[in-house]
Amino acid sequence: MYFGRVVGCVWCTTKNPALLGQRLLVVQPLTPQLEATGKRLVCTDSTGAGAGELVYWVRGKEASFPFLPAEPPTDTCIVGIVDSVHAQALAEARQPTLPDPASVPAGAHRKNARKPPSC
Amino acid sequence: MLIARVVGELTATQKHPSHEGRKLLLVQPLNLDGSNRGDAVVALDAVDAGVGDRVLLATEGFSAMTAVGRPNSPIDMAVIGFIDRIDIVPEAL
Repeated sequence: MYFGRVVGCVWCTTKNPALLGQRLLVVQPLTPQLEATGKRLVCTDSTGAGAGELVYWVRGKEASFPFLPAEPPTDTCIVGIVDSVHAQALAEARQPTLPDPASVPAGAHRKNARKPPSC
Repeated sequence: MLIARVVGELTATQKHPSHEGRKLLLVQPLNLDGSNRGDAVVALDAVDAGVGDRVLLATEGFSAMTAVGRPNSPIDMAVIGFIDRIDIVPEAL
């Protein structure tokens, strides 16, 4: 899925009959810091999103699944309206959560490591 | 599948019913050298990952749906594993 903001609406009077009644929205992809990135695209909508709302959308064949059993010819579909984003600064998120293997002596993770036989 | 790092979480009330009960994670795909590979994406969580974790990201519909356990639902990305360690021959970097 991808993260973005609805920035507009597309109206088509002549279109594939399976797309009748579908809302077509223009979406601007965003970074986790809410900065615009990449090109805008047109998505169908399964959630009722409106202009200015943060959304996430799905791409590919899965984009038609919210409308089952109908199968409209869509390859991008908004599947959720985002209430809030908790994004960590990337540099902070890069801090390793595991100790560097080189700094940990071999076998230290084993609590009950057997000592080598003395004889 | 891609190597990625979890950089944030989303909350969404209005969403497809198949996404309910699963965390929505903002995930940044990574290159082997740890640099960013394209833009961050949104993935459903299948392993209880958290911010800062280095994870395995399925980027195709069928595998993502299967991992999350919701067939025929609009899911195209899922976090399907934690990465503890990566071993690579130095020439590959």
